[in-house]
Amino acid sequence: MKRAQIDMQLAALLGILAVVPIVDSVLPTALQVTPLMPPVLIFALVGLGLSVATGFTGLLHLGVAAFVAIGAYTFAIVTCSIYPFQIPWLCAVLLAGLVGMATGALLALPTMRLRGDYLAIVTLGFGEIVQDVLRNLDAITKGTQGINPLGGPTIVSFQAPLSTATRWYYLVLFILALVAFLMQRLLQSPTGRSWLALRDDELAASCMGVNPARTKLATFAVSAGLCAVAGALLASFLGSSGEPSNYDFQVSIMALSMVIVGGLGSIPGAILGAIIMVGINSIVLAKLADWLSNVSTGSSNVLLSPSNWKYMIFGLALVLMMRFKSEGLMPPRQSGGK
Amino acid sequence: MNATEVLTQQLIIGLSNGMIIALIALGYTMVYGLVELINFAHGDLFMLGGFCALTILGGLGLAPLPSASEIGSLSWWASFVLLFTLVPCFCGALNWLIDRLAYRPLRNAPRLVPLVSALGVSFILLNVGLFWGGLPMQAFDMGVSAASPKDFPQLVSNTNLLGESSFIVFSPKDLLVISATLSLLLVLVLVVTRTQFGRAMRAVAQNPVAARLVGIDVDRIISLTFVLGGALAGVASIIYALYNNTVFFQMGYRVGIDAFTAAVLGGIGNLVGSVIGGILIGLIRAMSDQYISTEWTNTIVFMLLIGVLVFRPAGLLGRATKEKV
Repeated sequence: MKRAQIDMQLAALLGILAVVPIVDSVLPTALQVTPLMPPVLIFALVGLGLSVATGFTGLLHLGVAAFVAIGAYTFAIVTCSIYPFQIPWLCAVLLAGLVGMATGALLALPTMRLRGDYLAIVTLGFGEIVQDVLRNLDAITKGTQGINPLGGPTIVSFQAPLSTATRWYYLVLFILALVAFLMQRLLQSPTGRSWLALRDDELAASCMGVNPARTKLATFAVSAGLCAVAGALLASFLGSSGEPSNYDFQVSIMALSMVIVGGLGSIPGAILGAIIMVGINSIVLAKLADWLSNVSTGSSNVLLSPSNWKYMIFGLALVLMMRFKSEGLMPPRQSGGK
Repeated sequence: MNATEVLTQQLIIGLSNGMIIALIALGYTMVYGLVELINFAHGDLFMLGGFCALTILGGLGLAPLPSASEIGSLSWWASFVLLFTLVPCFCGALNWLIDRLAYRPLRNAPRLVPLVSALGVSFILLNVGLFWGGLPMQAFDMGVSAASPKDFPQLVSNTNLLGESSFIVFSPKDLLVISATLSLLLVLVLVVTRTQFGRAMRAVAQNPVAARLVGIDVDRIISLTFVLGGALAGVASIIYALYNNTVFFQMGYRVGIDAFTAAVLGGIGNLVGSVIGGILIGLIRAMSDQYISTEWTNTIVFMLLIGVLVFRPAGLLGRATKEKV
């Protein structure tokens, strides 16, 4: 049973993630990761969003950061106390997702006829446009200050035995598991099958009655919607929308490398890729820097600062991965006969 | 300054910048034409060329602002000759090495695989640039943090060739950019249309299998194309640094994205197209800076690109290819 195997991988991955805070509680403070994990899991959500466009439908998307930004700013504007809306948390996250879907569909409209590489440059350009617009409309977006303060959902602010970080962790993990499960169901549905068909052979798919235009539109919308939800969660977690340059090309590339390292088109792969890539970036390097600054005193050699090596690490990871295991760490099982 | 003078000035600025963009765009387009790979590392190769030039000048001991007596002196000429030989060699060799290690083993893989590899190489080069700017290797301003832009010595003067009284500035810098790129483009056209290598290159671009059948060493042609594209990026980096008097480690991304846009705008894979695309982008940027707002220039360039692609999905000069079944 091929399908069951993927479910096993996903279940195992989510199971391991579920016990992380428990294991964490017995570790020394320097090794605890739970407070740093929610952004990693949020990025896994971005990875799932990108998977829809690039993994399932085969459209190279280099601008997912734009949709994360759109989600974050939408959430910020409708909840922040400096604006008159202040709608409930859950409504705001869903609204961010809807706005993301709408802009995703809007981007899909002019790009319908484009071949792979042309599509890549248009999505890349869209990412730049969104950043510029956010930067230039600083009357609304507050420029580099970002929109803040932003609140979390009432769930995480209860007085309960668990710490706020742990509650955030489980909240994001729950959303991630829910999305991963829904996505797995979606892939079995006619919509999901039409995505895979379009990726494998556009001409053959259209001969079988798949409408390429409508399918691409749906792909872009779902992909953008997921990224926007992730953006809303990120803004809520950080308490601020951040500044426009937080959503630059590097973020889109980070998302792409996660999906590729994990295995293009694989749901557990996208999550695993996010844990590895974002985990290295925001947990391992940060811990290493803390440790180094404790051990050595004074010397501020640029070469000794771990964060200065992060591009090198990502670059080498991508190049070596492509050279020796280009299908990723958790490649999807082939569906159907080839 | 009246309106005509403003327009002329912006045309000069746009043309100069567009020429530089065109040089880099050629590197993207030549590689794409042969192996259908968007070489994301090309912009960063251009950036490393700038640091290589800076290091050479540091070794020669030229001050950031050479005095009038130094300009035209022997060391001034020597620095020019050294720059325009060593930097293209460095960039060409580096590009050859990159192709050899990161792209060639993936020639038969699905298209996304070498593309991601190129993104990886781009990151590695970016990191090298970050350190190159910050180490004792740096030529000037010691003790400045690694990420900050570095001053590039003002080797070509800024004085107005049209006389001090003229409102329109056309400096030796503009002359250098335009004459150097034009002659380089001429050489490139001759290489591509008149030499054995150029003919082989066009053959490989048209049909690699048939090219191999008629005895062309396809791998060698691809390697040489990487060297040629790299050398062009090297020349572009010197010209860029001489024109703007600054190098910074993110310039590969900023300028590279313009060049890439230019290549796509002109129809990627088409040499003439990418030159036209480059000049167009340069001009549009200059006009937008002057008449709209510098803040919106990037947005306008990309909007225009999307607009062009809606009506001509294969770029201005690109041929729409029917998908092979």
